[in-house]
Amino acid sequence: MHQNGKYALRRFFSGVRDTANLMIGIPSYEAYRRHMAERHPDVPPMSETEFFRNRMAARYGAGGARCC
Amino acid sequence: MQILSKIGWALVALLAAAALGVIALERGEPINALWIVIAAVSLYLIGYRFYALYIARSVMRLDPDRPTPAVRRQDGLDYVPTNRYVLFGHHFAAIAGAGPLVGPVLAAQMGYLPGTLWILFGVILAGAVQDFMVLFISMRRDGKSLGEMVRMEMGPVAGTIALFGAFMIMVIILAVLALIVVRALADSPWGLFTVAATIPIAIFMGLYLRFIRPGRVAEISIIGFVLLILAIVYGRDVAASPVLGPLFTLTPVQLCWLLIGYGGIAAILPVWLLLAPRDYLSTFLKIGAIVALAIGIVVMAPPLQMPALTKFAAGGGPVWSGNLFPFLFITIACGAVSGFHALIASGTTPKLISSERDAPFIGYAGMLMESFVAIMALVGASILDPGLYFSMNSPAALIGTTPESAAAAVTAMGFPISPEMLMQTARDVGESTIISRTGGAPTLAVAMAEIFSHVVGGQTMKAFWYHFAILFEALFILTAVDAGTRAGRFMLQDLIGLVAPRFREVSSLVPGFIATALCVGAWGYFLYQGVTDPLGGVNTLWPLFGIANQMLAAVALTLATVVLFRMKQHRFAWVTILPATWLVVCTVTAGLQKVLSSDPTVSFVAHARKFSDALAQGQVLAPAKSLEQMQRVIMNDWIDATLCVIFLFVVISTVVFGIRTAIAALRIDRPTATEISGVPAE
Repeated sequence: MHQNGKYALRRFFSGVRDTANLMIGIPSYEAYRRHMAERHPDVPPMSETEFFRNRMAARYGAGGARCC
Repeated sequence: MQILSKIGWALVALLAAAALGVIALERGEPINALWIVIAAVSLYLIGYRFYALYIARSVMRLDPDRPTPAVRRQDGLDYVPTNRYVLFGHHFAAIAGAGPLVGPVLAAQMGYLPGTLWILFGVILAGAVQDFMVLFISMRRDGKSLGEMVRMEMGPVAGTIALFGAFMIMVIILAVLALIVVRALADSPWGLFTVAATIPIAIFMGLYLRFIRPGRVAEISIIGFVLLILAIVYGRDVAASPVLGPLFTLTPVQLCWLLIGYGGIAAILPVWLLLAPRDYLSTFLKIGAIVALAIGIVVMAPPLQMPALTKFAAGGGPVWSGNLFPFLFITIACGAVSGFHALIASGTTPKLISSERDAPFIGYAGMLMESFVAIMALVGASILDPGLYFSMNSPAALIGTTPESAAAAVTAMGFPISPEMLMQTARDVGESTIISRTGGAPTLAVAMAEIFSHVVGGQTMKAFWYHFAILFEALFILTAVDAGTRAGRFMLQDLIGLVAPRFREVSSLVPGFIATALCVGAWGYFLYQGVTDPLGGVNTLWPLFGIANQMLAAVALTLATVVLFRMKQHRFAWVTILPATWLVVCTVTAGLQKVLSSDPTVSFVAHARKFSDALAQGQVLAPAKSLEQMQRVIMNDWIDATLCVIFLFVVISTVVFGIRTAIAALRIDRPTATEISGVPAE
C-alpha cells in the first residue's frame, strides 16, 4: 500500500514534468532513448544536451506557430 | 449505472439552464460572477459529452485502432505518441494567448450578457468544432499544415490564397498585440522597468541553459521567476527614483519605435539567447496566472458591477464602434472561435496524438478551456465599476486626459464616477493615471489586482498585483511578437518563393534578412498607425484583427466541409457548414460595413471621404492637428479599407473554391478525400 502510493506520486510528478517540458516544446528524452534503442539500435542517439538543443531549434524553425 | 448517469446529466443540464436564467434575467440587482462560471462549466460539460462525442463517432468516425502519425512515423522527436493529459497541456499552452484576454474585455462595453452568450455558444458550435475538425483532418494526413491541406483538398490556387490570408492575419495580430503593450506601458515607469528587466533575465537564463547547465529548464525557470518578482518589487523604487524614473517614462511613439527595433533584432538573434528562455518563462507564468485567476474568482465570488446590457449594445459605444451584429462576433474572436487555432491544430499537436480516441479531448476540450479563459476575462472586466471601465477604455479624444474631464465625460455617458475615485484607483495600483489606458490589458490587470489582493495581501499588495498582471500579459505578448515575426518571416519566404524559388532557402542569410525586415516593416506600419491614431488605435486595429481571425476560421471550416463531402460524410456536413456560414456572414457584413457604410465612425472609406472633403477646403478636422496629419489619416483609412477588401476576397474566393470542390465530390460515388492511410510507410 505504502509502496503503491509512492509509485503513484512518482508517476504524478513525472507527468507534471513531462507536461511542463512539452508545453515548451521538449518531448520526453527517455521516450526518445527508448525509441532509438528499439528501432535504431545501430544509430548512436543524441546526448540529452544535443536532444535539448535539437528540440529548441525545431520549435522556433519554419512552420512554428503560436496563438495570439 | 446508466440511469444514474442519465440523472447526473439531467442535473447538469438543469444547472446550466438555471445559471443561464439568472444571468439573462438580471433585474438591476448585481449578480454573482459564480453564476457565469457555473453556466460556463455545465455548458462545456454538455457540449463535450454530447456534441464532441457525436462528432467523433458519427461525423468523423474516429477509429481507435487506426495508427496515428505519432505511431506510424515515430521518431522520438517530432512524432511521439504522447499521454493525453501531457498533450492537452502542450496544446492548451500553444492556443492560449492574449486574444481571449483582450476581446472579452473590449466586448464588455455592451454589458456582460452578449459577450457571455457568444463565448459559450460560439465555442460549443463553432470554435471547438473548428479546432477538433482541423486536428482530425491533419491527424489523418501525417500532421500536414493548414496551407498544405487546403492545397491537397481544394487545389493550389486556394492553398496560396489561404497561405496569404494566414500571413496577413499574422501581421495584424502582431501589430495589435504590440499596440496593447504600448498602451499598457506608456508613461508607466514601473511597468516598463519590469518588462524591460525580462530581457536581461531571459538572456541570463539563455546563457545558463546553453553553457552552465544545459537543458535544466526547471531550475533556471524558478531562478528566472524569482528575478521577475524582484523586478516587480523594485520597480516601484525605480519608478520613484528621480534619475531612473524619467528614463523609463516613455511616450507611446517612443515605445513604438523601441518595439519595432526590438522585434527586428530579437527575430534574428539565435533563439537560445532570448526567445527560448523568455518563452519558457512566459509559458509557465501564463499557465500559473490563468490557474490562479480561476481560483481567485471562485474564492472571491465577486458580484458583477457591469449591467447585463448597456445602452451601447445598440451601437455607438466609445470602446469600439459598430452594432452588436456583426461587430460583437468580430470583437470576441479567441475564446469563441479563432481561426488562428487552425494553424496550431495542424502544427505539432497532430504529430503527438497517440490514439484517435484522444482527439476530442485534445481538440474540442482544449478549446473549451481557452473559452473559459475568455469567460474569466469577461468576468474580470465586469466586476469593475462601469464608470472605471469606461474611463479606462474610452479614447482620450473623447474623455480627455485629466480625472475631471474623464469623470465628467463618463458620467455624462450614464456611468457615474468621481475624479477622486479615478485618482484613488491609479494610486492603488501604483500608476500616475489610468485614464484612457485602452487595449484591454490594463483593465484586466486592475481586475486581477482586485481579485488577487482580495485573496493574498489585501489593499497594500494591489500595486504589486497590478504590475504582476501587466508583466504576465506583456511577457507573452512580447514572446508572441518575437516568435510571430519569425513565423511570419518563413511564411513570407514561402510566398515569395512561389515567384522566386531561391527565396525559399531557409538557411541562406539574405532572403532571411529581407523577409524579416518586410515582416517587421508590415506590422510596424500598422503599429505606428495605431499608436499615432488619436482615437487610440485599438478601435481601428482590433476589428481588423477580428475580421482577419474569423476569416481564417471560415477558411478552416470550409476546408473541413470539403473534406466531409470528399469522405462521403456529407449528410453530417451541417456540423461545419453551420459555423462556417455564420462566420462568412459576420466577416462579410463587417468587411462591407468597414468599406461601404456611410457612418464615418464605422467605415474607413466614409472617414477618408470626410477628411478628404475637409482637406480640399483647407480645414483641419479633430483629432488631426495639421494638414499633414489630415493626409496621414486619409492614407491610413485607404490602406485599412484595402485590407478589408483583401480579407473579403480571401473569404469569398475560398468559399467559391469550397463549394466547387464539394459539388465535384458529390458527383463521384466514392470517397475522394486524400487521407494518408494507416499502412506503414516503409
